Amino acid sequence: MWQYIIRRLVWSLVVVLLVTLLAFIIFYVLPSTDPTIAFAGKQPTPEIRAEVAKNLGLNHSKPVQYLIFVKHLFLGDQYGWPGFGKSFNSREPIKGEMFSRLLVTLQLAIGALIIWLTLGISIGVLSALKRRSAMDRGAMGFALLGISTPVFFLGILGLYLFWKVLGINPGTGYVGFRDNPWDWFQHMWLPWVVLALLSAAVYARIVRGTMLDVMGEDYVRTARAKGVSERNVVIRHMLRPTIAPVLTLAGIDFALLIGGAVVTESVFNLPGIGAYVLDAVGQNDLPVAMGVTVIAAVFVTIMNLIVDIAYGFVDPRVRYT
Amino acid sequence: MSEPLLEVEDLTVQFRTHDGIVRAVDGLSFTVERGESLGVVGESGSGKSVTFMAIMGLLNRDYTLIEGEVRFNGYDLLAMSDKERRAIRGDGIGMVFQDPMTSLHPMYRVGTQIVEAVRTHRDVSKDEAWAEAVEMLRLVGIPSPKERARSYPHEMSGGMRQRVMIAMGLVLRPDLLIADEPTTALDVTVQAQILDLIDDLKRELNIGVVLISHSLGVIADVCQRVMVMYAGRAVELGSRNEVFLTPTHPYTWGLLESIPRVGADHERLIPISGSPPSLIHVPPGCPFNPRCPHRFEPCDRDRPALADRGSGHLDACHLTAEQKADIWGAREAGRTAATP
Repeated sequence: MWQYIIRRLVWSLVVVLLVTLLAFIIFYVLPSTDPTIAFAGKQPTPEIRAEVAKNLGLNHSKPVQYLIFVKHLFLGDQYGWPGFGKSFNSREPIKGEMFSRLLVTLQLAIGALIIWLTLGISIGVLSALKRRSAMDRGAMGFALLGISTPVFFLGILGLYLFWKVLGINPGTGYVGFRDNPWDWFQHMWLPWVVLALLSAAVYARIVRGTMLDVMGEDYVRTARAKGVSERNVVIRHMLRPTIAPVLTLAGIDFALLIGGAVVTESVFNLPGIGAYVLDAVGQNDLPVAMGVTVIAAVFVTIMNLIVDIAYGFVDPRVRYT
Repeated sequence: MSEPLLEVEDLTVQFRTHDGIVRAVDGLSFTVERGESLGVVGESGSGKSVTFMAIMGLLNRDYTLIEGEVRFNGYDLLAMSDKERRAIRGDGIGMVFQDPMTSLHPMYRVGTQIVEAVRTHRDVSKDEAWAEAVEMLRLVGIPSPKERARSYPHEMSGGMRQRVMIAMGLVLRPDLLIADEPTTALDVTVQAQILDLIDDLKRELNIGVVLISHSLGVIADVCQRVMVMYAGRAVELGSRNEVFLTPTHPYTWGLLESIPRVGADHERLIPISGSPPSLIHVPPGCPFNPRCPHRFEPCDRDRPALADRGSGHLDACHLTAEQKADIWGAREAGRTAATP
């Protein structure tokens, strides 16, 4: 088991490195706007550009620049570990801002995850149990709606309804939990729900399908033949095999939100990591883009590992050697 | 004579489907005594599994209509509430299913699954139930049962898993064990072991056993009485010797002639022509009449009831006992003489 985890961790490292290489090629090597021109002021003479390049660390050859990036990432730079360097734009070290924004995105993603798992699993299970009932049809109609409604539309609709019309929502923006927990919740619940609804719909459909398969399994009939009550047949015998595949999905989907919740963050004006990278790309702030890419890659690989290990606990047929 | 352990009278099971009403079981009556094993044989779709699923209350009520009377130990199973019937499932009647690969829950240890059966019906501690489970695993011949109880199904062979199923079916010492094709998914050598095991346990625990199979060989091994089913009806019912040595129904003749016998070289295997009827449109009269080489005037008009027609055991055929004896004798002679 430990051997397996260590081997996977080493592989995760390799994957993260490959991702950074790819990101580096996209951001630094492939021609975009030359940062030395963008940051050299109104009259970019060659001298000023050389000065800017030196300032931004762009005076080395591309491979050397990449190696310096990797070295800083793993060993730290003058701002500490992990070394993300400083922003081209604000000339401030990236690390502090990166982690405060990561925290906001994590709050958004975890809240949404809890809501969509709760909704998705319960709706899916009930739909399967009451198959073809009005409740099932209604739930699947809702699921279809949820799947086909884009987040930006749902977000704006939600804001319009709860902020403008009903006035029970304080609108966009972010308040730290430590500053005022109630205000924090007031600002977070709508983004949570909006972000969760789409996934809840997808999960409800998946859970319903898996559950219907499980209901027809021989071992469910065996449980009934033992005299187990219908309630326990559902709870003990159906739920576990139904949820197992969902856990895998949830882990990956959660990891993808780190850096992937851009739209929700933009609509609700949350200072998250997705909004960060969006601004950075627009402003040629290459170190920020690289930093966010690294964070996102680390999350995806780590969540993958966690999900695989968790699956082994849910389903004993999966064993690690 | 005391009351039989299981008494089924005029059982009818119908499924509502998009194409019409399927009469899966049609007016079936039989009994099982304590300490006796009844073999139920028939093709796929003859209603043998459905009969016992209905008795156990394992069919989906939304699509099924069950009529008739099923008395078990004096209780009327079909008149019971779900809760009362659940108390009998596992406790009074144990069940073993066909495929031990899929019939055990893949995510729980086998011991846990047996413990669940115990604790569903008895108010005992987990440790006591676990000890009982281990004891039962020992009884069904699983080596080092203490360790094996902690195994997951996928860590065991098919034969071992079927032993676990049997242990689970018998752990509460039910009066009746229903084994639905318990050996179909197993190797031939393992088949014999499992059949012997069921037979031994039947003697040891003095229980009634119903063995459902499409294989006459399996039935002949362990059953004292045999019921042959066709199109949801019993067509012949008698002791093992009666059904295997002096069968009286043309369908049974066909079944016996379609399996090879050891030692009989150059014997021809004669398949039954045609295929079983649709259970939505069962032919009028005897359901076997379109495939029967001996049908005569009343066969496609009057349905023969299952009755003793002078041969000593029950069958559902219009032929007289003498005609049957003559025809079976001639068919037997023709078959053994048929050398290429």
